[in-house]
Amino acid sequence: MAEILLSEAEKAFIHHGVQDDLRCDGRTRLDYRPIILETGLVSNASGSARLRLANSDILVGVKVELASPFPDKPKEGRLEFFVDCSANATPEFEGRGGEDLANEICRFLQRSYASGDTINLSELSVLTGQQCWVLYVDILILECGGNLYDAVSLAVKSALYATQIPSIKVATMDGDQPELELSDDPYDTKRLNTENIPCVVTLMKIGNHYLVDPTPEEECCSSSGIVVAVSGNKKITAVRKIGSGSLHPDSLVSMLKTGSEVGAVVNTILMKKLLEEETLEVSLKVGFMR
Amino acid sequence: MVDIRLASEVPPFHIVADSTEPKHLVTPGSLITKETGFMRGHGTYMQDDCLYSSVAGVVERVNQLISVRPLKSRYHGEIGDVVIGRVTEVSQKRWKLDTNARLDSVLLLQSVNLPGGELRRRSAEDELAMRQYLKEGDLVSAEVQNIFNDGALSLHTRSMKYGKLSQGCLIKVSPSLIRRQKTHFHNLPCGASIIMGNNGFVWICPTLLDDGAGGFVQNLETVPHADRQAISRLRNCVTALAHCKMMIYDTSIMHAYDASVNAGFEIKDLLLPDKIKEIALMVRKQFEMEKE
Repeated sequence: MAEILLSEAEKAFIHHGVQDDLRCDGRTRLDYRPIILETGLVSNASGSARLRLANSDILVGVKVELASPFPDKPKEGRLEFFVDCSANATPEFEGRGGEDLANEICRFLQRSYASGDTINLSELSVLTGQQCWVLYVDILILECGGNLYDAVSLAVKSALYATQIPSIKVATMDGDQPELELSDDPYDTKRLNTENIPCVVTLMKIGNHYLVDPTPEEECCSSSGIVVAVSGNKKITAVRKIGSGSLHPDSLVSMLKTGSEVGAVVNTILMKKLLEEETLEVSLKVGFMR
Repeated sequence: MVDIRLASEVPPFHIVADSTEPKHLVTPGSLITKETGFMRGHGTYMQDDCLYSSVAGVVERVNQLISVRPLKSRYHGEIGDVVIGRVTEVSQKRWKLDTNARLDSVLLLQSVNLPGGELRRRSAEDELAMRQYLKEGDLVSAEVQNIFNDGALSLHTRSMKYGKLSQGCLIKVSPSLIRRQKTHFHNLPCGASIIMGNNGFVWICPTLLDDGAGGFVQNLETVPHADRQAISRLRNCVTALAHCKMMIYDTSIMHAYDASVNAGFEIKDLLLPDKIKEIALMVRKQFEMEKE
């Protein structure tokens, strides 16, 4: 992400802080910065969410469309991800600078959702072998403040939670092509079961300890880390090692364990908040005005 | 461990301004005056004999000159300002520093003190040894000596209080929030020192007992836990004040620090949006009480 220059003394300060379990802003090694979340912002999309994690600002929109399923998976719908790193996010994303990062995040999301434990794609099937729902998940990175993987995954989970898929009735004619009837009522929708959708936790290794939710300065001090996608039932669906440094197998195992525990906690709290938001009145929507 | 809030739960940030005198705030394109006879300053433009503002800021009037001082802009240097800069480049006989200005500021080799306080002409060996003193990424506190024709600032560290900065925490705020004071170096009673650069860079570090060799030797020992807590708390207080667009100077920072300690907030709680607003309101109340 952003290239930050730090002096040797600043790096030493951060290192000792991590050892002491007191980071520059007072957090412990396993604390996240405050997250602000809102769903249902984009009225054109079937589902949307905006998540702010300190400086990082992510907007996700989900659109549903009918298409034919893959020949080898006739009973399943599919999810397609697209990440766009806006040039406003940080100067490095100017022109095509953000493409590499966008592709990386996109591919990691696809891998995390590939496991059967995360989302039940057969819920998206309309007519076996002929028609299914395709969910196009578009992620827009508006501002980059470190820890993009986590913010993106939480925003995608919230957007999918809020997605409303129109109900379809299949009217079969004898011998003819089956007809699909879309319900007239715009509120006659179904929702996905998003309990097990993975949350991603980034753990960066500094010295002998690892941190959750690193700031750009802390990322600069660290040489290696892992990105872990943890599903709702504490299972790990995807792992990626980032950074140019190396990791000892023992530290890798302990990082994975911590990552899955933190991921489970984040998951529970997020689901609780999303449930709370559903019960709110529509007039309390904030949008982009603040 | 994790704090997730809904956007509707976050209290709106009303600018907690010093209610000393009413300010003439303008936005880009708003009319300042229809009267003629005024000279146009920075941040304004003339259209159809009327004066409009081109930036969002405060209107300033000096006799017949009207200008608009923007609320958020790049640092505009004045001679004598204390700034904190980060070295971006080591060139021939000079260092280029990033000071949040429109151009990189210049620190000439002849404007720094040699180790041991020698006074002599800089030789070719000094030029080759430049990187041993300051290399890319180092932080320096300096004073503006001169302004070049193109607007770049020329800095100097010709005093024992300026020089390379050691361990600590840097915060970037808008330059317009830093008040011009007699001294920008403060040793706060809570156990940390703070340098408020006019360019918006605020540096918080543990109090140095010995002034050292003018910043040539860097102290890389572990900072004690109590000092580290003070530094983190100050960092969060400064960020909270900047978020609420309050002026940052030693008194306001100490008020915010004391308010956060008296209210029993944990250091990491000061990152939450409602605590930030509470701190700003407590500081404002403290100022109002002091006036009475």
